[in-house]
Amino acid sequence: MSVPLLYAAGGVVLFCLGLYAIFLRVHLLRKILAANVMGSGVFMVFIALAARVPGADADPVPHAMVLTGIVVAVCFTALAVALAVRIEELSGHSRLPRKGEEGA
Amino acid sequence: MSELGVLFDLILLGTLVWLAWRLLASADLFKAVVLFIAFGLLLALAWARLGAPDVALAEAAIGAGITGALLLVALRRLGPETERMRRHAPTIGQRLSARLLVGIAGAAVALLVARALLGLPAVAPGLAPRVAEDLAQSGVAHPVTAVLLNFRGFDTLLEVGVLVLAVLGIWCLNEAPQLAPAQPDSPVLLGLVRLLLPLLMVAGGYLLWLGAHAPGGAFQGGALLAAAAVLGLLAGFALPRRWSGLPLRLMLAAGLAVFLAVGAAPLLGGGWFLAYPPGAAKTLILLIETLLTGSIAAVLAVAVVGGRPGEAAASYPPLAEPPVGKETS
Repeated sequence: MSVPLLYAAGGVVLFCLGLYAIFLRVHLLRKILAANVMGSGVFMVFIALAARVPGADADPVPHAMVLTGIVVAVCFTALAVALAVRIEELSGHSRLPRKGEEGA
Repeated sequence: MSELGVLFDLILLGTLVWLAWRLLASADLFKAVVLFIAFGLLLALAWARLGAPDVALAEAAIGAGITGALLLVALRRLGPETERMRRHAPTIGQRLSARLLVGIAGAAVALLVARALLGLPAVAPGLAPRVAEDLAQSGVAHPVTAVLLNFRGFDTLLEVGVLVLAVLGIWCLNEAPQLAPAQPDSPVLLGLVRLLLPLLMVAGGYLLWLGAHAPGGAFQGGALLAAAAVLGLLAGFALPRRWSGLPLRLMLAAGLAVFLAVGAAPLLGGGWFLAYPPGAAKTLILLIETLLTGSIAAVLAVAVVGGRPGEAAASYPPLAEPPVGKETS
């Protein structure tokens, strides 16, 4: 197993850790953190696959895509935080409403 | 790669997975956010190991820095995780079955992706030779910048649209909270800000300029400028009312507007969308990148503030009233 593939496997592990937490943790900020970890896992697979070029320079196309992805991820985080703050203001809890609870 | 290098990679990957696990499982949310910042910085190291210095710069500045500041501000507004939230499911049976189901789904995803990855060749040139072939026509000498602003300019255009959309969403939802007291009492913070602000601005401009031929560019430069803005905000600086109206909105939208205009201009002459006229690519890319840097910095700073300028507030974000009856000498 080559080093780039090792990193790609690490990316898969990160994605699954995030996937597990995004379903099972309740606090909204924790879900946002989990989504960010999932994103980092995907980026790692991309960058790892780009590093398979023989010779010096890696494939620049996935690099540009991940750069775009990082900026979109921070936008997503900011918007998700704004939504969470709004939910907290309306319902008084930093979590999603439960079954049977008034959805505010 | 040497054996020592492989050992380093293994330790780095292990630390990353451990940090991710701790930040998702730890009881204290503040600790989780701090661990997330550490995770982002180590991730930048991993990108550097994988030969992606552009991504490493962006990860350190945006993924760890700006996102970290954003999450710390959010944590103050959202409140801590209560014991009741940690034990959300009413019965042990439900808790166990949820874990089991998500665990099986996660394992299935991991297996499928791992199988696909193992089927890939260990050495593959990808699109690198094609980018190198056309680099001379792109107007810039750095392959990643060429892909971002020329070969795949459409992605970047849409991404800048996402930036503006995110600000629209944030401004629709909340009014800006107060981030800092009117007069910060820490001379250390003020001294640090005086030292760091000019340095960050120069470094941001340098990274923008560097993007034409070396790792760097609008996103990294914009992130540094945003970091300067956030530092200023935390030290009690704020935009006065006359700047937080139209001037701020123009700054937020300038990058997208100019990118769209430059992209649409060739259509008038019967050309393709986003096809730069021959010979003018370098000038146009530099123009777009400069305005993008300003817009990205503004968007990221607004994202950290997390709300629209208030109707009544004298500044953006609003500052606390100085304590009444306490005369300052």
